[in-house]
Amino acid sequence: MIEERNQEKVGSLYRDVWDQFKKHKGAMFGGVIFLLIVISVLVGPFLWPFEANAIDIRSRNQGPSFIHPFGTDQLGRDTLARMLAGGRTSIAVGLCAMALTIFLGTFIGVTAGFYKRLDGPLMRLTDLFLSLPLLPLLLVMMLLFREPLSSAYGPERGMFILIVFAIGITSWMPTARIVRADVLALKEREFVLAAIASGSSNSLVVRRHILPNVLSPILVSATLGIANGIITESALSFLGLGFPPDFPTWGRLLNDAVDYLQQYPERVFWPGLCISLTVLSVSYLGDGLRDALDPRMRKR
Amino acid sequence: MITFIIRRLLIAIPTLVIISLVVFLLLNLAPNDPMAQVPLTVPPEVKQKMREALGLGQPIHIQFFKWLVQFFWIEPQVLIDYLFNTTFSEGKQRIISWQTRSPVMDIVVQRLPQTLWVVGMSYVVGILIALPIGLYSAYKQYSIFDNVGTFVSMVGYSVPPFFSGVFVIVIFSVQLGWLPSIYDTTHTVVDWETFKFQIKQMVMPVMVLALQTTAQINRFMRSASLDNLNQDYVRTARAKGLTEWTIITVHVLRNSMIPVVTVIAINVPYIFGGALITEQVFKVNGIGHQLIGAIYANDLPTVQTITFMFAFLIVSFNLLADIIYGLLDPRIRYD
Repeated sequence: MIEERNQEKVGSLYRDVWDQFKKHKGAMFGGVIFLLIVISVLVGPFLWPFEANAIDIRSRNQGPSFIHPFGTDQLGRDTLARMLAGGRTSIAVGLCAMALTIFLGTFIGVTAGFYKRLDGPLMRLTDLFLSLPLLPLLLVMMLLFREPLSSAYGPERGMFILIVFAIGITSWMPTARIVRADVLALKEREFVLAAIASGSSNSLVVRRHILPNVLSPILVSATLGIANGIITESALSFLGLGFPPDFPTWGRLLNDAVDYLQQYPERVFWPGLCISLTVLSVSYLGDGLRDALDPRMRKR
Repeated sequence: MITFIIRRLLIAIPTLVIISLVVFLLLNLAPNDPMAQVPLTVPPEVKQKMREALGLGQPIHIQFFKWLVQFFWIEPQVLIDYLFNTTFSEGKQRIISWQTRSPVMDIVVQRLPQTLWVVGMSYVVGILIALPIGLYSAYKQYSIFDNVGTFVSMVGYSVPPFFSGVFVIVIFSVQLGWLPSIYDTTHTVVDWETFKFQIKQMVMPVMVLALQTTAQINRFMRSASLDNLNQDYVRTARAKGLTEWTIITVHVLRNSMIPVVTVIAINVPYIFGGALITEQVFKVNGIGHQLIGAIYANDLPTVQTITFMFAFLIVSFNLLADIIYGLLDPRIRYD
């Protein structure tokens, strides 16, 4: 009986986190919106009758109607279908870039924090990357490696690899710094010392004891990473250095819409709104996660 | 403090050299050829001569060294000549743009004022809006004002400039017709009417960039003020009967500004990066516009020079931020 009550009182870590997370209204709202967007771009193209690239020149430049709720573009392609297909690419780029960013950041952060000998060089490397002008370099990378990758993997897949890779290697630095600081603190804790003293190998210590304990800063960086990935991809597409013209992404649709700004100003609205809404919801999600994972906030 | 500054300066030099090497190698080892546009009928020996004329004949480390000399030795001499009417740089090879065949720095100097006007103005406007809002949000934490302020800065964070810029163009230029959508750089201010036009064409780019600045600075100001509002000295100030106005403006504001000033300094170079996109949206003929034009035209010397100038800005403003922090906060001791 007593034992049971104790269990109820203590609860698990994840239950505590979830309870705190639920209190943050903005984060709950952001999470729901983000889930809705992800589900609709995943399922939407199967349900919606129009193809993203199906040209119907007779019904071009239409306003919103019952058949085409978002209207059609200058080639008669259905805007809603293009938005759904574009969302797939934009969110896929955001998620993959985030995964690469987190992988690189965690790897470098843990290595620098755990192995004292590598700490200096790796942190100098991080400082160096932080001093690079990232947007110009991203543009240069797009320009220079577009053709070789396109010819190697096909225009769409080549650009996808290039964009994800370029975003990944230019945004891992903040994650690496946070993870390193946490690992440095953890390394001196008794349970890690005990694990090392009992003869666990370095890789086991890192996997069993270090990584689970640096999970919370990594999760927060992950949400920021998605937002950063989506914004960067759309910026590149907007500047005309992203995906090929007939391949819809939100940034690309916005770029196309700008050409018709005088005649059809409403076209810029949907892609811009989708980018902003996704990034906003992910940012709120990250804010809530940060609060929920911070034990000092939970106690209140 | 002096030793700290000297040490930081000494670290900054190798950092800059390595950055310039990274930029240089990225551009020069990439699989592209500036001679790709030359017709196939041109004989190979002529092509070789053309390559040498572009400075491409030599091994890569010599090319890099020459670029360093041009950037750090010859270009400053040109500047000195221009300022003091001397003739140090006469007959020396400057960095030449492949696109226009004129020295890169001359074009940069032509383009820089537009960027500085728009970017500088937006930064000042953004800071002036952000500071009072951040301070008041912290003072009335969790009030409606605070929640709205937090939401607005979240929106400012999330809405990319290429959407907010296009969005205000749609509203104020296309629908209402109040403001021009394109920034006219040839416009000169001579009387009241032209001044009014200048203000009109600057409003939108400045506001779009200022929204981003406001969002960032506001959050820092809010959290810095929150830290200070709970300090003992604020309670002491209240206990000795100072007015709330004095407490906020004299005690809290001044102490909260310490971290905020460094953030303001660190963010200056990134605002130039944001200007890259805003200039493209509003067709401002500035340095970001020049960089993007050079990237499209495969004009490597220009890309390299401007990218390196951005890196130079980042490194020097980081250094500046560290020094300001040490000067403003007596609790920080670098020795």
